[in-house]
Amino acid sequence: RWGRAGPGAAGPGPAGADTVSAPAQGGGSAVIDMENMDDTSGSSFEDMGEMHQRMKEEEEEEAEGEAGAGEEEDGEFLGMKGLRGQLGRQVADQMWQVGKRQASRAFSLYANIDILRPYFDVEPVQVRARLLESMIPVKMINFPQKIAGELYGPLMLVFTLVAILLHGMKTSDTIIREGTLMGTAIGTCFGYWLGVSSFMYFLAYLCNAQITMVQMLSLLGYGLFGHCITLFVTYNIHFHSLFYIFWLVVGGLSTLRMVAVLVSRTVGHTQRLILCGTLAALHMLFLLYLHFAYHKVVEGILDTLEGPNMPPFQRVARDIPVVSNAVLNTTAKAIALTL
Amino acid sequence: FPGLADVSISQDIPVEGEITVPVGSHSPDEDYSTLDEPVKDTIMRDLKAVGKKFVHVMYPRKSSALLRDWDLWGPLVLCVSLALMLQGGSADSKDDGGPQFAEVFVIIWFGAVVITLNSKLLGGTISFFQSLCVLGYCVMPLTVAMLVCRLVLLAGAGTISFIIRLIVVGAMFAWSTLASTAFLADSQPPNRKALVVYPIFLFYFVISWMILTFTPQ
Repeated sequence: RWGRAGPGAAGPGPAGADTVSAPAQGGGSAVIDMENMDDTSGSSFEDMGEMHQRMKEEEEEEAEGEAGAGEEEDGEFLGMKGLRGQLGRQVADQMWQVGKRQASRAFSLYANIDILRPYFDVEPVQVRARLLESMIPVKMINFPQKIAGELYGPLMLVFTLVAILLHGMKTSDTIIREGTLMGTAIGTCFGYWLGVSSFMYFLAYLCNAQITMVQMLSLLGYGLFGHCITLFVTYNIHFHSLFYIFWLVVGGLSTLRMVAVLVSRTVGHTQRLILCGTLAALHMLFLLYLHFAYHKVVEGILDTLEGPNMPPFQRVARDIPVVSNAVLNTTAKAIALTL
Repeated sequence: FPGLADVSISQDIPVEGEITVPVGSHSPDEDYSTLDEPVKDTIMRDLKAVGKKFVHVMYPRKSSALLRDWDLWGPLVLCVSLALMLQGGSADSKDDGGPQFAEVFVIIWFGAVVITLNSKLLGGTISFFQSLCVLGYCVMPLTVAMLVCRLVLLAGAGTISFIIRLIVVGAMFAWSTLASTAFLADSQPPNRKALVVYPIFLFYFVISWMILTFTPQ
């Protein structure tokens, strides 16, 4: 119908051309759809008003012709719709094929694990070197430090953390909650790694820091090495003062390294402060949470359970409740005082 | 990253290996007649294949039979029996042990999938299902350890029984890891074997830990 406007189409020419060219791409059946759709695609309000006015004039002039053509067209369209079979089926078939093609293309694009292959291209010596480096804070913060965008090390560290958490839960817990504890361990570790990385990447984007998502994942993943060491030691030796020392020293070292690398890649004091403060807080608090949350779970269960078949090594944990409650209270007070 | 300059993700790098069993040794007549053979023959043939793989796991030699004719019957049977034996460890009557079965199942299969993906990403030449097959079959020593633990726990749960269980589980864990490493590490480039062995070690460590800390009620 737009095409039939004839010489009056000079005004909305581009708009009309858009609507005419678009159906041509869609295929045979789409032409009818586009023509009969009451859309304003590509045409402005003024053009619409003009077109309507022109159409009214044309209708007055060529009343019969227009009406006849319009009716013919409508009749044709009704006829096809009335048939219902062919048009509907054609459209549905085309849409199905297009959808299937798009889905298979998307699947082959995203499910292709070759995308991840470059991030796993490491040697064992490199992994070992990076593990050790993650505990050493860099001194040079005026020059952007290099971060290796590698995912093997962080992934293995997250799985190791899961295993250590399970070990800790087992040595200080009875076996009841085995199912839910495993789920929570995996969920906690992966949730921390992926969630905090995404959040820090978002903050880095806001603060104009030069870091990509993979680099952020890698940095945070290697920072979990300190967590692994701390938890591995303190889940076996149940002294809270030892845990605090490890928390400050080991956790602090890995946090300092991550913070220094981020600072070297950010410009501006406020931005540096925001980024590093957030990362330091989240990282240290996570270690605190991992230590105390699972001890608290332990205390709750041990208080309610008396099992005659408890393995002997579990008795160590029973001495904790009194001490840890006092410690938790003093910690909470200390944090409240500093804040 | 200079090392990444020559990594190409072109479509002609085979990500998967050959998982179809070459039937060149069979004559066409035999192929057609396997449809008409009695059910007993079919089942016995499959059982023999599964049994042969169990023997391969028990005496890990570098043979390609386990890899070539992969099947997942053995891993399924082992996984289900291990999960069943790990049930009943709940002291609370409210817990029906349902989640424990599902958790063990999910952990074994999810762990095996992750290890397979990892070994493929590191440039392994083994296919997805072959790797799953090997990892599943190598759970057999740990299932044996679970049996032994249950029997030992029938006699009582004390320090001595714990030490016995620790030794048995530790030995079986080492056996599992060595057996699967013998099959899987060969498919890796020689300098990256450690990168593939570590997740396998972690995987069997978690399963061994589940077995060791099992206490029936």
